[in-house]
Amino acid sequence: MASKLLNRFPTLNNTAYHILSLPFLRSTVASPFLVHTRLYSEDVSSRVSNRSSLNQVELAKFSSIADTWWDAEGPFKPLHVMNPTRLAFIRSTLCRHFQKDPYCARPFEGLKIVDVGCGGGILSEPLARMGATVTGVDAVEKNIKIARLHSESGPETANIEYCCTTAEKLVEEQREFDAVISLEVIEHVADPAEFCKSLAALTVSNGATVVSTINRSMRSYATAIIAAEYILHWLPKGTHQWSNFLTPQELVLILQRASITVQEMAGFVYNPLTGQWTLSDDISVNFIAFGTKNSQ
Amino acid sequence: MNNRGKGSLKYLLQQRQIVARFVKGDQSTSQKKAKGRAVAAKIAAEVCGLKVPRRTFCNNIAAREHEENLGLPNNFVHYDIAIVGGGMVGMALACSLASMPLTKQLNVAIIDSNPALEGKTCIKKEDPPDPRVSTVTPATISLFKDVGAWQYVQQHRHAYFDKMQVWDYTGLGYTRYNARDVDKEVLGCVVENKVLHSSLLSCIQNTDLKKRIYPSRLNSMTLHQNHLPTMMDSTSSSFHASLAKLELSDGNSLYAKLVVGADGAKSHVRELAGFKTTGWNYSQNAVICTVEHKTENQCAWQRFLPSGPIALLPVGDKFSNIVWTMNPKESSACREMNENDFVKALNHALNYGYGPHPQSNLLGNNGDIFSWFRRDLTVSANECFEVPPDVVKLVSGRMVFPLSLRHANNYASKRVVLIGDAAHTVHPLAGQGVNLGFGDAFALSRIISEGIAVGTDIGEVHLLKKFEVERKRENIMMMAILDGFQKAYSVDFGPLNVLRAAAFHGAQYISPLKRSIISYASGEQRLPLFS
Repeated sequence: MASKLLNRFPTLNNTAYHILSLPFLRSTVASPFLVHTRLYSEDVSSRVSNRSSLNQVELAKFSSIADTWWDAEGPFKPLHVMNPTRLAFIRSTLCRHFQKDPYCARPFEGLKIVDVGCGGGILSEPLARMGATVTGVDAVEKNIKIARLHSESGPETANIEYCCTTAEKLVEEQREFDAVISLEVIEHVADPAEFCKSLAALTVSNGATVVSTINRSMRSYATAIIAAEYILHWLPKGTHQWSNFLTPQELVLILQRASITVQEMAGFVYNPLTGQWTLSDDISVNFIAFGTKNSQ
Repeated sequence: MNNRGKGSLKYLLQQRQIVARFVKGDQSTSQKKAKGRAVAAKIAAEVCGLKVPRRTFCNNIAAREHEENLGLPNNFVHYDIAIVGGGMVGMALACSLASMPLTKQLNVAIIDSNPALEGKTCIKKEDPPDPRVSTVTPATISLFKDVGAWQYVQQHRHAYFDKMQVWDYTGLGYTRYNARDVDKEVLGCVVENKVLHSSLLSCIQNTDLKKRIYPSRLNSMTLHQNHLPTMMDSTSSSFHASLAKLELSDGNSLYAKLVVGADGAKSHVRELAGFKTTGWNYSQNAVICTVEHKTENQCAWQRFLPSGPIALLPVGDKFSNIVWTMNPKESSACREMNENDFVKALNHALNYGYGPHPQSNLLGNNGDIFSWFRRDLTVSANECFEVPPDVVKLVSGRMVFPLSLRHANNYASKRVVLIGDAAHTVHPLAGQGVNLGFGDAFALSRIISEGIAVGTDIGEVHLLKKFEVERKRENIMMMAILDGFQKAYSVDFGPLNVLRAAAFHGAQYISPLKRSIISYASGEQRLPLFS
């Protein structure tokens, strides 16, 4: 069981090959099994020494719809609708952890936060309005351009620092932040374990790390892939690969390996009648985890 | 130098002098000098007919805020919320924002040319009550208490009432409501509009809310539609590209993240923002006035007459307020007739005119039919029909207002939202109009607070649509019910009269129904019947 779990994390080479070998639109039900057979047949020497967690195909997907980031009715609408709920969790956990007054309008005053995979900045801007000093990082150049343009529309968001770079490069620059937030990114990277190690390296000792992703369960397949992509057309087809989702247990494990202890976890639940997302204990589809970096 | 330039120079200097007197707080001399230099530069530029030079992006946030708070008539005055219309509902919104921890640091501009907003009008206790009154429901009273405005209302004349009687001219049935039916002390409170307004104003003067009252009217409004501003040289002017720009009649212009239209039934904001409305005019006018009785009146009376209801509401100190709905010809006649004739007409309408008094059917007689409700009797089911107190004297002028139903199809779009009468007007027959408006104001401030908690831009459409969805449901429900009543009672048709009588009897004797009606009308219950 443990070995299966370890082998579950694909390398760059492996995943790229696996994704490119399947047509973009084909269902990925059979993929877990394909991954396993490839893993067993590969030999150790073919593991790529490039420690980047980038996945070029994923980048291309996002680059093509970059202009629609701030269109509240466009392809990113689900993210816009979910945003306040994610921010509520972040506000609550970070205020508790850093002992900030939750009734203050700008509780994150004085905190340095990095938003890894910031996209068009839909998370970075509210964080900046809450008083934080925000750095937004994304591997897609177009996203950074859009984010920079949009953030200039208000005085509180004009100070956000946007960089087109990766978490690993930031680690090389030896940047450190009080809180590292990476939402809905880890399911698009090639090597989640390496990615988590980078996130941990960016966090100061006793700082906060927040990661959100989609669970790998039957329910999430039905909801996030079939319902969201094929039936409701909330997301373009092929946005997510079910095999790349992480279960909460796996996420906790790889974060622990990166010396981050997960303290709190919550799920997002969508109510189709009201069209609202709420935080709940149900982590079977979307979930978010808050962890702290072990003090060295 | 052209004449226009000279005129604007003098105007700018005057404005600077006036505003400088209002500036509070310590200014260091260097800041004053910097400000003075900036103003002089601006004046020079305007006078020479040049375009106002764009400011270079200033990292010194303190200096920028300082200049904003001075309210100089330049193009960079920047507010979080601009409330257009400083009436009861607009001020209630401002009070509510001031009372919540997350919103009290917002910068608010209130635009209203009403001189009452300068806070200089004093309400004398000896004055007879103004005919413009509103009935506030218990839900509204508790909201006022939450923001700390009710204590100011209590310092002036206000009248709680705990009983209400409704009947119609056919004399076939009546309903009495009592606050004890739902274990409450009061059914509502009748307060003059000017008292409500000045209480809200006093409340807000005592808070730290950063506000500026602009005593002028809104001329035009530009809501910038693009969500991606084009690259401009100066970052500061691109800040304003995405905000709403308001131009006022006295020449000021200001930018705001959110424009709130609280400017009443003929809302200019609603027109400028392009919101369409649905509705119709009732072919009825309301005649309102204040009258005096021999004894104190503590019950609210409403009698439905063939051409519309007449309501008698206690306002305190033996005075009552009359709201008499009738068709336009009769309303002009009422306004023209002399006082004695009018008083006689009032007594006729309230008491012996148009039809007989309803029979008081005490439960003893109808025991068999309603016996299974007897376990759960309401206090008022046992009360007899009472005749309303005689009107002795007319103590104020008579005002006439046309009545209509109007509802904006949408309450919100990017950077603009409507509350109060700007969004909906209703028939006064149940005293709900301003209560819906107060409900809107308090709901909007709560939603703004929730938005700020998660760092949302308060002018963002998703946030405002949350407010719209919440309030539309309730407002439409109430409007539909009131419109239904208005239509049901404006027809004199035998079988319909009997149906109405049956409705009166039903409401009087079926306790769960009565409790439901009281709770809904008091604002405690969100939906009628389904609690």
